[in-house]
Amino acid sequence: MIYKLLIVDDSKLARMAVIKTLSSCYPNWQRVEAGSAADALQAVQKEKPDIAIVDFNMPQRDGLDLVGDLRALTPDMPIGIISANHQQEVVDRARALGASFLPKPLTEKSLREFLTVAVQHLQELEA
Amino acid sequence: MSTTGEIALSELQLDALTELVNLGVSRAAGNLAVMVREEVILSVPKVALMTRQDAIQTLGQRDSRSLVAVHQTFEGEIVGRALLIFPEERSLELVRSLVSSELSNEEIIELEQEALAETGNVILNSCLATIANALESRLKISLPEVIRGESTRFFTLPPPPEAGSTVLFIYINFAVRRRNIEGYIAMLMDLPSLAALTKLLDALIRRTSGASPA
Repeated sequence: MIYKLLIVDDSKLARMAVIKTLSSCYPNWQRVEAGSAADALQAVQKEKPDIAIVDFNMPQRDGLDLVGDLRALTPDMPIGIISANHQQEVVDRARALGASFLPKPLTEKSLREFLTVAVQHLQELEA
Repeated sequence: MSTTGEIALSELQLDALTELVNLGVSRAAGNLAVMVREEVILSVPKVALMTRQDAIQTLGQRDSRSLVAVHQTFEGEIVGRALLIFPEERSLELVRSLVSSELSNEEIIELEQEALAETGNVILNSCLATIANALESRLKISLPEVIRGESTRFFTLPPPPEAGSTVLFIYINFAVRRRNIEGYIAMLMDLPSLAALTKLLDALIRRTSGASPA
């Protein structure tokens, strides 16, 4: 099954890092990039991604704010919050929104683990 | 006992702070090593109370070259600023080590500014978050800002100091030898923060050892 991944990060380099890691796990998956929370909301409505990876530390609106909005639009979408700011408070807030926490820099192992659980979740919804 | 004016740090508090900085910087260095796929070597952190002027001079004496820094402020129970600093002439090499070798020079130059911001963001956030978690405290960390110039400029950036001319100055050298990249991580806290920090350190010492911090 091919899924579509939304990658939200104000840093192009960080998006490149996610894409590179994704390519080694799931080379056939489609991906959509957004450089801000506003772009991400538009992309969700237009592109209908299945899974999202959202940076925490972004200008204007941060990633946790965005996840709150995404939850209202797509309650079942698996979401990962990605950040080097692994303060317990940030991790707890991500989990309270039903999102996973992925430490930056992203490793293939942590992305693979997140996507495996995400795919299981999507398959259960489809069943 | 290290004293400056009315604020003093006991040997144990200073030791705890150095250890904490070590933890934070080690995690940050680990992350940098993952990003550049090379070993990152760290010095022992220098933690000292000194005047703002001395801190600026210390950096100025260490490096009179043109530098590039990623600057982030943090606030919570403690307030201060953290910088990742390295010589400007090596910044493209750092970017090159972060991105795919297939990119052209033009593409690397185009990416430079934001690659530096993102690198600083990962390094400084992981360091500060480790320290905040160990202290069971919360820090709000600003977005990264890339600045260029001489080191004396970096510690006079806004926001202005809370009060007084004495600061807690922390710095650590790092080196990616195979890439010939060297730099340092520096943190500066003003004295009102230091009073809060000593309380957090005492609580950490109690949790860690059960010993009285006095």
